[in-house]
Amino acid sequence: MTDLAVSLSGVGKKYPFFTLDNIHLQVPQGQIMGLIGPNGAGKSTTIRILMGLVHQDHGEVRVLGHRMPAEQVAAKWNIGFASEDMRLYESKTLEWHMNFIRSIYPQWDVTYAQRLLKRFGLKAEQKIKGLSHGQRVKATLLLVLARRPRLLVLDEPTTGLDPVARREILRELTDVMTDEGRSVLFSSHNTQDVEQISDQITFIDRGRIIDSMDKEVYLDRWRRLRLEAPSGIEVPALPGIIDVQQDGRLAVATANAFAPDLANAYEGTGVRVQCIETMTLEEIFVANVEHSREGVGA
Amino acid sequence: MNGSFVISQSDKRPIYLQIMEQIKRRIAVGDWTEGQPIPSIRQLAVDLHVSVITVKRAYLELERESVIVTQQGKGSRVAPNPGLGTRLQEQELQKYLEQAMRLASLLGIQPQELESRLREAGDNVAAKELI
Repeated sequence: MTDLAVSLSGVGKKYPFFTLDNIHLQVPQGQIMGLIGPNGAGKSTTIRILMGLVHQDHGEVRVLGHRMPAEQVAAKWNIGFASEDMRLYESKTLEWHMNFIRSIYPQWDVTYAQRLLKRFGLKAEQKIKGLSHGQRVKATLLLVLARRPRLLVLDEPTTGLDPVARREILRELTDVMTDEGRSVLFSSHNTQDVEQISDQITFIDRGRIIDSMDKEVYLDRWRRLRLEAPSGIEVPALPGIIDVQQDGRLAVATANAFAPDLANAYEGTGVRVQCIETMTLEEIFVANVEHSREGVGA
Repeated sequence: MNGSFVISQSDKRPIYLQIMEQIKRRIAVGDWTEGQPIPSIRQLAVDLHVSVITVKRAYLELERESVIVTQQGKGSRVAPNPGLGTRLQEQELQKYLEQAMRLASLLGIQPQELESRLREAGDNVAAKELI
């Protein structure tokens, strides 16, 4: 049995214009979970609930074995949380912040902090007010990483970063995985980041989880089939197919539950399968959101 | 140590397939030899900055193809399989030949014509290598 770093079951929260509905989410220990979804889907709300910053109306939240929000003080010793709206003291230096965090968290790793300073190209003696957006993001992450928390919770850690900085952040996140006892949950709009580094993927749209599973299994279920139909025949949407686009004899079908016999099934209906293509997470993201919105009757 | 493993973002194939191919290439050129221990799944994931689950998938598929063997607690190694490097190169050649056949049939080129085109291509390569 794998230990769970995070577990949400039946979690809901109602706002006047937004409802987070029946969220079930599990992050196994030693893994990276990527949370994706369009703007306003509920990613940040979910993260705030599991951090105990927002209290759910119903449902159970456990983080590192602690019930949230009730036991958040105990839980937070081992959680490193960073989000965009986090504020540092403008008139203080990065070093002042480092010493401050170190005085609170005894597990602060001085050597690692120095290494991160160098890798991120930051200067400890610089005041926060002189830092660019990217440098602030990196400074915030440094303060969180150097505590070596058992769980990292990061809301949009790569948003607004240049490609080099993004790469540095992804590198540090995957480095954390050298230790099997540590886990990461992060949200992102950048599907490439999520595809590259996560072990698990959770898709949120309009306050609901559409999918949550092993990334390899997930990517493997999606395919694009290029089809050629006899003239005058409309390509049917066989089971497992969520979308068919056809003009003339050529058609493209998108499968979200692909199995090799799907191709045979098409051949059986007289439709020729020209090729079967894998899809990137970006393409799946778009197809999935469009499909789920059709289903809801948007 | 695994610096020449590069995952391409413009390559639309899944990352696990890219990892499999790069491992096979290392074996084909002889950088990784028969029976040689290879990095653990977690280590390679950290080195390549990709998820553990992706490297695990690549290793499982390579095991299924008898390219590597994994022993509980002892890690993975290149399969002690004589001629593995050559076999992998053969596989790659086969892939290109089949692709050439497919393109030829799309263009309506007959097998005989393809044969003479292949000989021509051979002459071109030979000419270039002389320069």
